[in-house]
Amino acid sequence: MMRFLLLFSRQGKLRLQKWFTPMTEREKKKIIRDMTSMVLSRQPRSCNFLHWKDLKIIYKRYASLYFCLAIENQENELLALEVIHRYVELLDKYFGNVCELDIIFNFEKAYFILDEFLMGGEIQETSKQTVNRSIEASDMLQETMEEYMSKPAF
Amino acid sequence: MSPSVPLQEMIRAIRSARTQCEERGVIQRECAAIRAQFRQSDNGGRSHNLAKLLYVHMLGYPAHFGQMECVRMIASPRYSEKRVGYLGAMMLLDEKQDASLLITNSIKNDLSHSNQYVQSLALCTLACMGSAEMCRDLAPEIDRLLRASNSYIKKKAALCAVHIVRKVNDLGELFAPAARALLSEKNHGVLHGAVVLITELCERNPETLERFRKTVPDLVQIMKGLVISGYSPEHDVAGISDPFLQVRILRLLRILGRNNEAASDAMNDLLAQVATNTDSTKTVGNAVLYETVLTVLDIKSESGLRVLAVNILGRFLLNNDRNIRYIAMISLQKIVGTDHNAVQRHRGTIVDCLKDQDASVKRRALDLSLALVSASNIRSMMKELLIFLSSCPPELRAQAASGIFNAAERYAPSQRWHIDTILHVLTTAGGDVRDETVPNLIQLITNASELHCYTVHKLYRALLTDITQQSLVQVACWCIGEYGDLLLRGECQETEPVQVTEDDVLDALETVLQSHMSSPTTRGFALTATMKLSTRITDNVDRIRSIVSIYGSCIDVELQQRAVEYNALFKKYDHMRAAVLERMPVIEKNSPGHTNGESAVETLKEIPPAKVKQGESLLPPQPTNQVCDLLGLLGGPEETLQPSPALSSSAPGLPVNTGGTAGGDLLDLLGELEPTPVAPAPAMSVYEKDGVTLTLSCEKQSDSGLTVTLTASNTADSDISSFTLQAAVPKSVQLHMKAPSGDSLPAQGAAKVTQIVILNNPNKVNLKMRVRVSYTRQGAAIQDTVQIDSFPGL
Repeated sequence: MMRFLLLFSRQGKLRLQKWFTPMTEREKKKIIRDMTSMVLSRQPRSCNFLHWKDLKIIYKRYASLYFCLAIENQENELLALEVIHRYVELLDKYFGNVCELDIIFNFEKAYFILDEFLMGGEIQETSKQTVNRSIEASDMLQETMEEYMSKPAF
Repeated sequence: MSPSVPLQEMIRAIRSARTQCEERGVIQRECAAIRAQFRQSDNGGRSHNLAKLLYVHMLGYPAHFGQMECVRMIASPRYSEKRVGYLGAMMLLDEKQDASLLITNSIKNDLSHSNQYVQSLALCTLACMGSAEMCRDLAPEIDRLLRASNSYIKKKAALCAVHIVRKVNDLGELFAPAARALLSEKNHGVLHGAVVLITELCERNPETLERFRKTVPDLVQIMKGLVISGYSPEHDVAGISDPFLQVRILRLLRILGRNNEAASDAMNDLLAQVATNTDSTKTVGNAVLYETVLTVLDIKSESGLRVLAVNILGRFLLNNDRNIRYIAMISLQKIVGTDHNAVQRHRGTIVDCLKDQDASVKRRALDLSLALVSASNIRSMMKELLIFLSSCPPELRAQAASGIFNAAERYAPSQRWHIDTILHVLTTAGGDVRDETVPNLIQLITNASELHCYTVHKLYRALLTDITQQSLVQVACWCIGEYGDLLLRGECQETEPVQVTEDDVLDALETVLQSHMSSPTTRGFALTATMKLSTRITDNVDRIRSIVSIYGSCIDVELQQRAVEYNALFKKYDHMRAAVLERMPVIEKNSPGHTNGESAVETLKEIPPAKVKQGESLLPPQPTNQVCDLLGLLGGPEETLQPSPALSSSAPGLPVNTGGTAGGDLLDLLGELEPTPVAPAPAMSVYEKDGVTLTLSCEKQSDSGLTVTLTASNTADSDISSFTLQAAVPKSVQLHMKAPSGDSLPAQGAAKVTQIVILNNPNKVNLKMRVRVSYTRQGAAIQDTVQIDSFPGL
């Protein structure tokens, strides 16, 4: 099971946080501090796996963003790298050549995409196309509903 | 009231703030506006407001006032508001907040909504932050959705069920049948969810595990389909068809096949197929191979398959990708205990990884190398490990040093090699070794008696080069003090001879004493070593005297005490100096404390042997009557002991060396009893009072060793219980009491109690023994003492 997923910039600013187990605000803040300091201090060409408490931390850098995923001990680290990569691909497809600014200004969309891909700490859908189609359909529903609601009723 | 800005503008405003203070100002203004908006009832921009609040929350600012707004928005009929409302619930509410209960009803309603995207919102939120109560409430709904809905909802319901099972263990039973049915679905998302659910159920409940073993053939079939079938564009990742599902199925097979022959057999072929057919050029292929290897090693697979798995790990070790090498070493670490030989084949590669740049890889390589050390490869491995120690990162030093010590202790091919290795470690990483290294090393050196000359030469040279490594300096000082005469003799078989004068040695020790880099313990070692040299050198004793007297006024209390005592040794007790400072005997590891073998109350601690330990306080002036001194140690002035007329009368009164007649005397008293066969040595009765008799016989074991047998019997009419003997001997004699044969003496001498005492009298002093007899008779506790001044047969 995955415990949390964090996205932060090279300067340590948090861009996305997803927690799969209940935690207090203080614990969350502490973890964010620990993760950012641990990951940002790593050498450029070192191993992508870290140990922290009883979890394995998998991190990968894409352009200016660090993706940091914490998994339990019995999980497969190489597959976790693939999970991170899959999420980046989904974001890329949705935003078209995604960059950090897209995630900053459309953070709620990033969350919606994540919620179609992962759920409860596990992978929900293994097919890229299915996830994309679901997101598009949800967006469509939101727009049509809004249009419908804003049109005057006769 | 300022108009609220759209979300994107607010984000822009926050980002353009140049200082933290400015940012806080912008956010405070926005939060105020948002709060005002929340208080208003329905307006069109509610979802934007909440989104803004969530952004502010992500920056780390408090946002709890948005919780009720989330609850309201979730209940709204508009999809856009529900979407943001649920997102807010996942971010701001968790099961510890009270407000989370309020959304249970909304979730319940939305679970049966006509629109699947609304249903999915509810399912997602429940799986993210559902508390145990919510899960219990909504479990039947989830079960219904698992059975009858489209695949989009089914896959989400499966993962929701996983969350419910994690929160409320008992509900696992509810979902088991539905999970079983889901395995026949074609949709990969649903299959994946089903496999995860079954894995979770099996991990938590062994009975469920048994039931699901029957699914192994189905799982094997699904896996085969994934591996063999052609290209499927929807699930393909770099040539592997749906690696996520493959890995999950492999994990489930691992759990099902563990400790079960039948299940393991059923998956053997499949695992072999996956292991050989999977393309390992990309990470994704290696991920599947890794999971396969883990499964093979965990189930009861046949040996050929295990060898295949270990070979895959060996290939991983040679991979360019650092991650893969790291993974390989972790897995090898897990199996080094069970498949030791297979891992040994890759030892060369593992040792090469010690030189890798990455710290995590180095750490793993160190663990694995230490595990692979064996008697046959100890020399080559140690060479590599010592090279590693000299260049390893500081956080690994302590671990490496202690690992090297353990390995050296277990597999050292020769004592000289062992000592060399330890010295090497001390010179390279002396600051990181554990505290017990110094006594361990000293013990090792004393044991290797033929290497004393070699050791002291090496240590002296090491001391000359560097006095910063405290452990090394301590050991060196101790050795120089102990074996200084060997050092000064000059010639040594094992190393080149070097001329060392007494002045050189004293110079070296003084440097250590005066250096501010030496710790107090080290200076203590150096001072004692200097003192010990006074008996081992001939010319410069005066120099030693002056050093010792200087330190008599040292600020450090420990050094001052030592110096004062050594001064006293020079002045008043010069006649004893040689004996006090003579060579130490071989120190035994874990020498058992001498006890008198009794379990009774008031066990007297044994008088310690007279060998003076180095650095101990001086002996008090020897009293003329040594045994009288012992009385104080027996705990209690003489007045408390019962006056025993027997004491004064029995010793001289009793005939000495009566041999068998003593036994005969007792016999008359005992009446019809057969005499217990007396030991071959003559027995002597040493105590006789109130019917309690104690006889003593002794046997010489060696030049200084003596075995004394004390036999007690009871000739009176009442029984005696809790009979114990305690003994004390002069200080220079060693005493070892073995366990008595019993502690009760029945009346009329029906049984006897024997106790064997082993004495060692190396100094051949006049042997005396004082024995205290304690027993209970008719409820009264009685104690008596008898002094034995002469031993029969000596």
